[in-house]
Amino acid sequence: MSVTTADSKPIALKLPAFRLRGGRWVSPLLLLLLWELGSRLGVVPPRILAAPSAVARTLWEMTLSGELPSNLAVSLARAAAGLAIGLVVGVTLALISGLSRAGETAVDPLMQLKRTIPVLALTPLFIVWFGIGETPKITLIAVATIFPIYLNLFSGIRGVDAKLIEAARSFGVTGWQLIVHAILPGALPSFLVGLRYAMGVALLVLVVAEQINASAGLGHLINNARDFMRTDVIVVCLIVYASLGLAADLIVRTLESRALAWRTSFLKS
Amino acid sequence: MSQPFAHPASGTPAAPAAEPAVRVRNFTRRFGDVTILRDLSIEIGRGEFVALLGRSGSGKTTLLRTLAGLDPADRSAVTAPSAHAVVFQDARLLPWKKVWRNVALGLKGPDIRARAEAALNEVELGHRLDVWPTTLSGGEAQRVALARALVREPALLLLDEPFAAVDALTRLRMHELVLSLWRRHAPAVLLVTHDVDEAITLADRILVLDNGRIAAEERIDLARPRVTDPAFQAIRARLLSRLGVETAAPRPLPTEGALLAFPSGEIVA
Repeated sequence: MSVTTADSKPIALKLPAFRLRGGRWVSPLLLLLLWELGSRLGVVPPRILAAPSAVARTLWEMTLSGELPSNLAVSLARAAAGLAIGLVVGVTLALISGLSRAGETAVDPLMQLKRTIPVLALTPLFIVWFGIGETPKITLIAVATIFPIYLNLFSGIRGVDAKLIEAARSFGVTGWQLIVHAILPGALPSFLVGLRYAMGVALLVLVVAEQINASAGLGHLINNARDFMRTDVIVVCLIVYASLGLAADLIVRTLESRALAWRTSFLKS
Repeated sequence: MSQPFAHPASGTPAAPAAEPAVRVRNFTRRFGDVTILRDLSIEIGRGEFVALLGRSGSGKTTLLRTLAGLDPADRSAVTAPSAHAVVFQDARLLPWKKVWRNVALGLKGPDIRARAEAALNEVELGHRLDVWPTTLSGGEAQRVALARALVREPALLLLDEPFAAVDALTRLRMHELVLSLWRRHAPAVLLVTHDVDEAITLADRILVLDNGRIAAEERIDLARPRVTDPAFQAIRARLLSRLGVETAAPRPLPTEGALLAFPSGEIVA
């Protein structure tokens, strides 16, 4: 990425690109060819794994018919809703805990306790509480994303250079002004790490949560495909999940290059 | 904005002229069992340039922090103007704010950018308004810190070894700059330093702080610029001796002009 910080011109923002340089694309392509060859020769039957060409055709058809976009939208909405709740709760708790000793004493032990329970182990409890509709799915994602947001923002707030805070205070910046102008910008790099991690977690939990009796969404597509042994559809869904992960990463990296333009990296672009 | 030290309301209109900017009376400060400042009394007149010399651990930074309101103090013992500003040894600019926004930090009222711009022009950094602080050199960062202090029109300017971290050549230029800014804005100045030559070059009066007490006071009545003045060496030898550094027997003065131009009186404790 090339973000110039040295002069006053508006920063020319280039999206971080996934570059495949120096022959790095050869081996994946070779694997794809072998896979196709195996399918054509009958070594890999479609029941086990559909051929890449069949997967591509299915992807195209599902896109045209609207089946994939509509279900993708449902899944995205779930992930976004869960992540949004997780963000709000995680940020709030991190602020309470990060900005005061009393807050830390009250909140941090609970968060550390919560961390010891694997989120997915809560699935049965959430089904008992919320049934099998949208609520348990979104709740699972929310609960899973709170912790990475909380932990990183908390450590970011505590890691802000005390000398800078003192200087800002000496110039009469106090209270909310101090939080907005000095503490939060200093904690931003850590927060963005947390956000990136939370997006990954949201996606992971989405996959599992969607197995709960979903009537729409990518999980629903996969479940149906399993019942009809449609490996091509399953692979299409896997590809979509993978692209979602890439997209999430791209979003945070774009946010980073924009919000952290003030940082000089020891790595030259 | 909290104002740690209220300026005492004076009854008679004639009084303020005689009223010093800073008054410390029988002030003692302890950290645990260690007494940093003991029964200290000093006054700084309005517009007076006072240098505070002392070895490491002599309590000079503690005194400055007390006057800056960064350390708690008894209001009856310490009186300082609420309009004060600090320049720290490290510039302490917020790296996520452009240079002019650092200068404008905590300012209220209209035309904040114009005021910041004027202050940066005074330190000859009018062309660096919109850059990130990380791209500045050490000397430039200190000049921004000076601008940030001066833009507040302080009645008391507190300088905490502000030139200790810049190179010798930049330091000479910074001395000139500080003197010209002091003449123009006429704040009372307290310069904390361990550089004897710097103190003699800049200050109206020098206080030597030793073990929490004023060990010596030296009024400098020489016309500026001073480094070529024969009396410079005599004062220098006296102060160094107070600080526990015995210099060689007085050197012949007339041939020393060129050598004297370089500050060489740093005391390394």
